[in-house]
Amino acid sequence: MPQASTQVPEGYVKAFFRPRSLSDAKYTYCPGCHHGIVGRLIAEAIDELGIQDRTVGIAPVGCAVFLYQFYRVDFVQAAHGRACAVATGIKRANPELVVFSYQGDGDLAAIGTAETVHAANRGENITVIFVNNQVYGMTGGEMAPTTLPGQRTTTTPEGRDVRLTGYPLRISEMLAQLDGPAYITRQSVHDVRHIQMARRAILKAFRNQLEGKGFSLVEIVAACPTNLKLPPPQANRWVAENALKYFPLGDLKVKGG
Amino acid sequence: MPKGLVVIDKDRCKGCGLCIGACPFEVLDFSGEYNSAGYNVAHMAHPERCTGCAICAQVCPDVAIEVYRLQPDKLKEGA
Repeated sequence: MPQASTQVPEGYVKAFFRPRSLSDAKYTYCPGCHHGIVGRLIAEAIDELGIQDRTVGIAPVGCAVFLYQFYRVDFVQAAHGRACAVATGIKRANPELVVFSYQGDGDLAAIGTAETVHAANRGENITVIFVNNQVYGMTGGEMAPTTLPGQRTTTTPEGRDVRLTGYPLRISEMLAQLDGPAYITRQSVHDVRHIQMARRAILKAFRNQLEGKGFSLVEIVAACPTNLKLPPPQANRWVAENALKYFPLGDLKVKGG
Repeated sequence: MPKGLVVIDKDRCKGCGLCIGACPFEVLDFSGEYNSAGYNVAHMAHPERCTGCAICAQVCPDVAIEVYRLQPDKLKEGA
């Protein structure tokens, strides 16, 4: 923000600014999209731990496919759903690197379920950020495995019928049953209190990797205002009132504590 | 002088209005000014109420907000 310094009168100090690990590129997300908040929390965690020069991110396929443009860290863009497998390879070949994957529900919970479950079961020492917005955002708002029962999407115009398409997949609960993962938690970013809690969870997930504790996954229950066809403030309310009933927040597994 | 000051990057703002709803002191509002992408950007409608709490910046999905706070020594001079 070059114009910022000229506008600020004397006597004021910076209290909140763009994290250093975020590049100057503008986000390509829709207005009010929670991907942007999660992206900033990850950049803040990277800055706070001082690991910018040895972090490698894995970008998914989905709305966050251009993630590599938004960060000042190295990135690999994985084939659809394969981010955990790519992260495993990078981490095993270069154990000194900090490797995180960033995936949506269409990527991690649908086409990439096998890779995710096995990476978690092997207890790979990687960090996974899973943004669950209950819909396939980029391709036009189709039903995802995490779509709520009765929720209208472009492929379930009458609402999701559980007799035909099954029930929403609770990935975090599923992975928490396994012996491999070190840390599985579910958070949300629909208000400032939950943003702070999500920030601490993401920080812990990165710290676990630095301490060699193993597989850490942070699920973020997010809103997609565009496909919910709601203004962003109402979309946040929708998450609080509907999505969080099916996807309760909290730590599901914390190894050794 | 108010305790806080927010600077909104007009090019990054997408007019989602989350900062406006989140501000506990109703400092922010839509400006009626449109940026190059066609979004109605937020601005400080009541700058005198700002405390620099940075809640607006926390909820901004596009990291378009920078927050400044008055230095403590200046605060005493003003009071």
